[in-house]
Amino acid sequence: MKYLHLVWAALVRRRTRTLFTLLSVVAAFLLFGLLDSVHSAFNVAAHDVAGVDRMVTVAKVSFTMQLPKSLLGRIQTVPGVSEVTYANWFGGIYQDTKNFFPNEAVAPNFLDLYPEWVLSPEQRKAFRETRTGAIVGAHLAQHFGWKLGDKIPLQATIYPQKGGGNTWTFDLVGIYHVKDPKLVNQEDLLFFNWDYFDEARQFGNGQVGWYITRVADTGQANRVAQAIDAISFDSDHETKTQSEQAFNVGFVSQFADIGLIVGAIMGAVFFTLILLTGNTMAQAVRERIPEIGVLKTVGFSNRSVLALVLAEAAAVLLLGAAIGLALAGLVVSAVRLKMGGAFPLDPVGWEIWLQGLILALLVGLVVGALPALRGMRLRIVDALSGR
Amino acid sequence: MWGKIGVALLMLLVIVLAVVLLVLCPWWMLLGFVVLLALWLALTRTGRQTWSVTQVGLATIPQRLGAASVVILGIAGVVGVLVAMLAMAVGFEATLRQTGDDSTVIAMRAGSQTELNSVVDHDTAELIAQQPQVLRDAKGQPIASPELVVVASLPKKSNGLDANVEIRGVGEHAWELHPNVRISAGRRFTPGLRELIVGKGARTQFAGLDPNSTLRLNGQSWTVVGEFESGDAHDSELWADADVVGSAYRRGSSTASVTVRLTSPQALAALKASLAADPRLQVDAKTTRDYYNAQSENLANLIRILGTVVGAIMAVGAVFGALNSMYAAVAARAREIATLRAIGFRGLPVIVSVLIETMLLALVGGAIGACVAWLIFNNYTASTLGANFSQVVFDFKVSPALMWSGLKWALAIGFVGGLFPAVRAARIAVTEGLREL
Repeated sequence: MKYLHLVWAALVRRRTRTLFTLLSVVAAFLLFGLLDSVHSAFNVAAHDVAGVDRMVTVAKVSFTMQLPKSLLGRIQTVPGVSEVTYANWFGGIYQDTKNFFPNEAVAPNFLDLYPEWVLSPEQRKAFRETRTGAIVGAHLAQHFGWKLGDKIPLQATIYPQKGGGNTWTFDLVGIYHVKDPKLVNQEDLLFFNWDYFDEARQFGNGQVGWYITRVADTGQANRVAQAIDAISFDSDHETKTQSEQAFNVGFVSQFADIGLIVGAIMGAVFFTLILLTGNTMAQAVRERIPEIGVLKTVGFSNRSVLALVLAEAAAVLLLGAAIGLALAGLVVSAVRLKMGGAFPLDPVGWEIWLQGLILALLVGLVVGALPALRGMRLRIVDALSGR
Repeated sequence: MWGKIGVALLMLLVIVLAVVLLVLCPWWMLLGFVVLLALWLALTRTGRQTWSVTQVGLATIPQRLGAASVVILGIAGVVGVLVAMLAMAVGFEATLRQTGDDSTVIAMRAGSQTELNSVVDHDTAELIAQQPQVLRDAKGQPIASPELVVVASLPKKSNGLDANVEIRGVGEHAWELHPNVRISAGRRFTPGLRELIVGKGARTQFAGLDPNSTLRLNGQSWTVVGEFESGDAHDSELWADADVVGSAYRRGSSTASVTVRLTSPQALAALKASLAADPRLQVDAKTTRDYYNAQSENLANLIRILGTVVGAIMAVGAVFGALNSMYAAVAARAREIATLRAIGFRGLPVIVSVLIETMLLALVGGAIGACVAWLIFNNYTASTLGANFSQVVFDFKVSPALMWSGLKWALAIGFVGGLFPAVRAARIAVTEGLREL
């Protein structure tokens, strides 16, 4: 630590060069932060620890197909099932298709299975008792400026009403929050009462989109899933039951292999970054050879010289990474505020920071290694004569 | 002090103007500019001075290969990523834009954005087919195909995970309405039987769709009897008889849409008016071209925006890399440049020569990036979730136009990265420069 001023002196020796290198590093880590935020938004569903005991039952042929509501009673009697609920995808549009957010018709006990969504008891009671009531996530409400008591009209894309009307108007009676900041994307949904939905829709009555089951013992999950699927085996509504995580992983993988795309871009970015900073470091050490000779003359060991150069490289990378990640955090919160749930982005949390800083340290050590070794191996006579 | 700020502002203005010009201008304008530059270099006195300074600069590149490769590879990375991302958008868009035409019209229930969400009952389908604007065949039958879109979940070849594939149940006139579709292996399905034909794209993405294999859907078994090729979005679909699909998916006699051929493309307005006037009907009609075009818009735009944002951030990084390298290059040549100035060279040849050098390096980098993107990604097959909640298979298209715009990005980065060092080179004080080691 007492050599910190030496590292600093080396960095400000050529200010413009350090500044430009730093800005390249900032650009690289800004990109890293943004891409990691997209990646983890697609991935968080897969690692959603809150739902380990939940299973999803959909029609085996495809989850776009409906299932009869009569399955409810039969699933409830499967040993090992502690609670069952159901929901329908509604796919309504608020004002414009650009304002996409998921909206679903849910059973009265739906929220019981999702304890991570917090709704006050009064609002919950109001939701149960208001036929045309709806609840939304806090982030969505903030995005559209909705307050309790507002009427929210949705244009149906799938289900017209019995009279042929296409506009469903809901009364906002509750706003739920999500405890875990990682699940904040789940605040971008709207739920309304399934009973009202089923009564008012023109067709499909008595059918549900999917069942959610809570198992008493997660160790028994596979057996329970098989038992549920056995109920409708060989019927015209065969089901497929899997854990909520497995379902989410499968769903996300249908969009694209996000991991592959992000990985490829990051590969290109960091390859260039290593080349660029590596070249700068080599240059910086080359210029200072006589100075390194002086350091060694006054008694700095080979190892200290090595450490000094490595520290210099790591300092640039770490500082650049910190600025880049902070910028990424700002950009992500701005985009989330403006676009709402339309684009999946995770806040830049401590995991992304940790990954980014570790990566920065690694890159710093890699690009510092060759110049540092060169500095370490210099002989004093050669160095002083600038050879 | 004010002089410095003035120079900085001037350079900023030059950069903004040049980058905007570069990005907007078509290839012939740029070619004209290059010819003019070549003429200037060859014919005027200042031009010839510039050329000789440039030659010295280029000759010293091998001595600073590390710095030069930072410029080249940094820019290659930007262009490669940019071109690859845009090629994905172009490929997806091309697949959907090739689908449909102006003389066929698709009618769906009012408010439905896609066929998957639409329900059209049998009577409505009949009413639509009987409109006077619908072309009739030799037997006097209207050329109309009530079509049903449903989804099946099948394992993908790439990762074994289930993904959605679209099954399109079609009427007997479908072959006339979708002329691109031709059988490339096996035969057509037989109406009334549980037989399927599979699109070429779907067959490459999903396991178990080879001809003669059987498929279990909703507890019933279906036989794959052939493969078809259409070169458009239908390539990602499985086709079967609409009535058979309807009964297997408990849809009764209702379908999702009706596609009809117009007597002429001009008849669209009349057909729309006539459908809107009938109180029994609540349907939206649009040309199939419009229907498929609209499906590509959102996703293609999203990919374009993402690609440009990623490219722009990388470009900023590459600009600073280039700045560093070129400042170092200029510093290394300070003595030589000062000598030139001492024997009477003006500033302009020095500025232009550094710019030419940087932009040549950038051009090489851009070409490498564009070529690598072309080699890896041209015709690379991918699929994503389309409007009907099922996989749309498409090929990346690295078109010459995309590679050209990649090169323009490269030149713009080279210009910005070269300008500041160039001006620095021209402003080196002769007495100081001569003393440099």
